[in-house]
Amino acid sequence: MAKEALYGKTLNELKEVMTELNLPSFTSKQVADWLYKKHVASIDEMNNLSKKARALLNEKYELGLINPESFQESIDGTKKYLFKTVGSQYIESAYLPEENRNTLCVSSQVGCKMGCLFCMTARQGFQKQLTSGEILNQIASLPERDTLTNLVYMGMGEPMDNIDNVLKSLEIITSDWGYGWSPRRINVSTIGVVPAMRRFIEESEAHLAVSLHSPFNEERKQLMPIENVYTAEQVVDTIKQYDFGRQRRISFEYIMFKGVNDTAEHVKGLTKLLNGIRCRINLIHFHPIPNSPLQGSDRSQMEWFRDQLSAKGLNTTIRKSRGEDIYAACGLLSTKKLISSGEEKDY
Amino acid sequence: MINRKRKELYPVTVIENNLIKEDVHYLKLDKKFSFKPGQVLAIALKQNDEPRLYSIASGIDKDYLGILFDVNPDGQLTPTMSQLKSGDQLYISEPFGKFLCEGTPAMWIATGTGIAPFVSLAESNKANNITLIHGARTIDAFYLQDTFIKILGENYNRFCTSEQQEGIYHGRLTTYLQQQKQLPTDYKYYLCGNSQMIIDVREILIEKGVPFDHIIAEIYF
Repeated sequence: MAKEALYGKTLNELKEVMTELNLPSFTSKQVADWLYKKHVASIDEMNNLSKKARALLNEKYELGLINPESFQESIDGTKKYLFKTVGSQYIESAYLPEENRNTLCVSSQVGCKMGCLFCMTARQGFQKQLTSGEILNQIASLPERDTLTNLVYMGMGEPMDNIDNVLKSLEIITSDWGYGWSPRRINVSTIGVVPAMRRFIEESEAHLAVSLHSPFNEERKQLMPIENVYTAEQVVDTIKQYDFGRQRRISFEYIMFKGVNDTAEHVKGLTKLLNGIRCRINLIHFHPIPNSPLQGSDRSQMEWFRDQLSAKGLNTTIRKSRGEDIYAACGLLSTKKLISSGEEKDY
Repeated sequence: MINRKRKELYPVTVIENNLIKEDVHYLKLDKKFSFKPGQVLAIALKQNDEPRLYSIASGIDKDYLGILFDVNPDGQLTPTMSQLKSGDQLYISEPFGKFLCEGTPAMWIATGTGIAPFVSLAESNKANNITLIHGARTIDAFYLQDTFIKILGENYNRFCTSEQQEGIYHGRLTTYLQQQKQLPTDYKYYLCGNSQMIIDVREILIEKGVPFDHIIAEIYF
């Protein structure tokens, strides 16, 4: 019988484990310390636990850490790691070193259900939710783990569609008994699954990045099916209901598609939609994916768009492209690696 | 100061719970709200539960709200929903959503319970100039097909992957679409079902020259 993973358990869950094994409650704090601060590679290394405690833990549990299977490195230093999950599925994480910060972009699901037109991960369909341990493993098993300064949940999957595990992973990263990171070093993205986004806003202190890509309902529906049920307008209205304080950041991600969402009408639409929100708009160059009907806007058009929005008082930046030579869209490595499930389709 | 404003849920009475295939139900709820065909309801067992979204599967003039659902044995909602009896109560939001499929001529494409919004549209007299492509694994999985046979006649095309019957294409709807030399590029295409079907069909349509802005999809997640 497969052993259960300890990595990814919250302090409360570790307490339950200790209760079940008839171990003293304080053992849970010790185990959390070994897992999330000292980053041990095995239960046997937890040397302030009694031999009996280690033996009991070893009987039913394992750490559950898995090293990356491979990686690609860009000339700019960006590294894209491929991790295998339980069940021979693959996820990607991107390590983005910069002068003053080192960011890791993690996945929250294997595949994705959301079906956005411009997304490579969507082409895999949905395969499974990552557990909190599998989300955290991308940090814990990263060779550059100890150099990380920032974390973004912008890899494969829609974090709000796996909100329980995303919140658990955030609790572990930001708790004193866990990694002890400030939530201000973490940014979580969403396409706007409103109920889960509301939970995220209320139960976490991390920054929020909303993938917008169009201010217009009909057009956004063509790009992002979620718009049929949770419109950009609803997403923005929901955000307006909360006080984010001075430190917590809201940003809107806007991939620029040539001739589609990069016009003066879109400047007007965005200005109207985001009126009254203290936020930043990140303009993103589109990296074309195979057989896509969309093309990226030219650099000059992106600069014009940025200047127009800035002139309207919206804090707008063009996100620096990283790892272009290995980029080929998030999801490509794992899509290539995807092992067909052989599941019978009904269409 | 946090000001929590979630979607309000209202009690509604179950009129009927019909088992239409193993683990697939059609629930008739008291018509508490009017709606636009293609809209969804958020449904929960209790007022403070986190609701799930379901397309309304009945016409605007019916005296009930129809909900088509399959039972997810690991789910928190549908196993209990499948046991509901006439007179029982559950909680629904006001109808909302923008999958209104107003463009014509159009092709509607659905699999599984993704047929639900098209039932509502067809029963609401919104099926002029429509061709429906309906995929299922077995013959008994063409849920609510009588509605379409009656309203769409020859424009209702069924594709069954594992069983054969006269009048029903044997094979995948994706294979059929792929085999078409041409697909009308001036049509609107409305897709509803699981994400993998949506992705596969959308890729075929785009490959056949259908502009991406003629393709609107609603994904069940």
